[in-house]
Amino acid sequence: MKLFTFKGGIHPPERKELAEDKEIEVFAAPKVVYIPLIQHIGSPLDPLVKVGDEVKVGQKIGDSKGFMSAPVHSSVSGKVLKIVKHPFPVNGYANSVIIENNGEDEWIESKAVDDYTKLSSEELLGIVRENGIVGLGGATFPTHIKLNPPKDKVIDTLVINGAECEPYLNADNRLMIEYGKEFVEGVKIILHILGIKKAVIGIEENKEEAIEKIQNLVANEDGIEVGVLKTKYPQGGEKQLIKALLDRVVPSKKLPSEVGVVVQNVGTAKAIYDAVVKGKPIVERVLTVSGLGVKTPKNLLVRIGTQFKEILESVGIDEEKTEKLIMGGPMMGLAQFTDEVPVIKGTSGILALTEKEMNSYESRSCISCGKCVSVCPMNLMPLMYAKLARFKEWGEMDRYNLMDCIECGSCQFICPSNRPLTEGIKIGKAKLRGMKRK
Amino acid sequence: MNKKLRVSPSPHIRTKETVENVMWDVVIALTPAILAAIYFFRLGAVKVLSVSIITAVVSEAIAQKLMGRKIQIKDGSAIITGILFAFVVPPTLPWWITMIGAGVSIILGKMVFGGLGHNVFNPALIGRAFLLASWPVAMTSWIGVDGKAGPTILGVLKEHGFSKVLDMFGNQGAMYTKLFLGNVGGSLGETSVLALLIGAGYLLYKKQITWHTPVVYIGTVFVLMWIFGQDPLMEIMSGGLILGAFFMATDMVTTPYTSKGKILFGLGAGILVVWIRLKGGYPEGVAYSILLMNGVTPLINMYTRPRIFGGVKNNG
Ligand code: SF4
Ligand code: SF4
Repeated sequence: MKLFTFKGGIHPPERKELAEDKEIEVFAAPKVVYIPLIQHIGSPLDPLVKVGDEVKVGQKIGDSKGFMSAPVHSSVSGKVLKIVKHPFPVNGYANSVIIENNGEDEWIESKAVDDYTKLSSEELLGIVRENGIVGLGGATFPTHIKLNPPKDKVIDTLVINGAECEPYLNADNRLMIEYGKEFVEGVKIILHILGIKKAVIGIEENKEEAIEKIQNLVANEDGIEVGVLKTKYPQGGEKQLIKALLDRVVPSKKLPSEVGVVVQNVGTAKAIYDAVVKGKPIVERVLTVSGLGVKTPKNLLVRIGTQFKEILESVGIDEEKTEKLIMGGPMMGLAQFTDEVPVIKGTSGILALTEKEMNSYESRSCISCGKCVSVCPMNLMPLMYAKLARFKEWGEMDRYNLMDCIECGSCQFICPSNRPLTEGIKIGKAKLRGMKRK
Repeated sequence: MNKKLRVSPSPHIRTKETVENVMWDVVIALTPAILAAIYFFRLGAVKVLSVSIITAVVSEAIAQKLMGRKIQIKDGSAIITGILFAFVVPPTLPWWITMIGAGVSIILGKMVFGGLGHNVFNPALIGRAFLLASWPVAMTSWIGVDGKAGPTILGVLKEHGFSKVLDMFGNQGAMYTKLFLGNVGGSLGETSVLALLIGAGYLLYKKQITWHTPVVYIGTVFVLMWIFGQDPLMEIMSGGLILGAFFMATDMVTTPYTSKGKILFGLGAGILVVWIRLKGGYPEGVAYSILLMNGVTPLINMYTRPRIFGGVKNNG
């Protein structure tokens, strides 16, 4: 079998085995949910409810007129307790609607579509937006914008990211295995929206069950195929995926549409199916709870707004050993300062990491071993970033193509000196963005 | 959770590899050659090696202390410098000259630049160059493994020509065998090609070095020597080329980090060796070829910057 891949990358310990065979369990809706009024890249939302209002599951509770936005919905039925700033897993605090669950699970009236093929792209994009769909791989880019590429770009291929190359995470893998049919339907809806015929579903070689399942499901579908990818990180990076599957190179600082491609994540495709065929907005998502600090790692279907704390308590957490709490994967996920943050649309995983798996190591001088250079999937010179950031040489960082860095973390993972490479990268990018705005 | 959680940017996991691992892999790789040196040169080797290693480690500790740094001699890099320095001097070198040389390697070769990772030149070779300028006689008093004083093969070649070299061994086959197994005079670490190759194999297997520099370096010397009518096999097996190619021209700190850069480094060093051996005043040339290329490394790094994914070539 031909395995698709790209140049560079690393092989971190997968630790998928902790949860990969665990069927998705439904996590009971909590007593109180904390729903942040921003769960996408873009402008924050305005609340559509007031304290004291009664809401139903699926009811829109926040929206914005801003171009870059996607509404949020209540994940339980009950009463709005407060609208205040609450710990937020992406950065500090966010304005959040806090709702007390009345346990009734009353849903709003469904606006399901019987035959989506009768709808136009615009109508479907409207449905996608109204149901609050964003990239569920973790990037949370509003999907209706991504599925509406600039008119001057001719799109011919839809690439589905089923690589799930981050260690530990199995959410997409389990979705493909357990909800394969719905997922493939979602892919067909996306093709219909884009008005194209060809889709490639990229899945890493280590997910045999998912590969087999999806291959069977698409066997009779014209134009949809599975591309088996080499297991390697960051195989799921958009540009790496497109290079691997289609051998097309997205030019520096350009988007996939430049080479005729739109990329969507597995979870997003399934969410589109739910929205269109079942009339269900995003009120829950599948995520993996894992890490050596977790006693029984699991894949769970969790209501948006559920606090990490409740999930961790239910699976059992070794507080003694847990050093870091992560939202997302260990390579690109975000470290949390508290477990009182809620699950949001972009929460692909919750990891409780122990010293043992992190291999923390005091940073040393660069020994110029070049390992970071050889693993960088964007062919950059990561070793320069820590150094230049230290001397505040932002302009020089730009000349080292800092803005092309996808922040995959491969360079720092491999560095025997544990140089603060990604820290330099993040600071540098923020500074450069600031400079460019001026 | 009551516990204070650690917050830092991603990635949250890292390889098990540390600077210590990298350095100790090199020490392990040097062990066969150390054993060979002790086997062939006996007490002389033990003396030079131990004086050199101890001096290197102690002077690094003192320097770090004086510079107000954390003492990091455990990282193993000083030990490597100590071994490599011992490897490039005659087994007869008086202990106090050995001490000065090893000290100079660490202090002038490494610490004045700011310590591990900041030095431009290979520290052991700096020490060697220093001694060669200060005590040229002691540095070129070679003994054969028979314990008798005598010049090295390349010395004989330079002075008296190839036929005289053959006389030393009897015939060509015997010469190759001796060079390969290690029955010839010269610096401590050059003596056994076999032992060096075992260590080199280990480093390649552990991915601490890549083939680029050594293969291109040795290959260049081989081909050019052959073109210039020399005995290419003898040339590559003598005079520390194997030691230099696998253990010094691959030093992470002082050599290029891209594959292309490594190839250029090997090519340049190879040409320099041939040039020095054929035209220069020294019979040898490995040490100077590497030091000179160390000096060019920043330039090579600049001109071999990888082309970014999806971008046009950027030469900085
Ligand atoms: S420089 Fe950026 S793209 Fe390259 S390995 Fe590091 S984080 Fe990844
Ligand atoms: S991996 Fe680390 S030590 Fe090696 S060159 Fe890169 S930054 Fe330097």
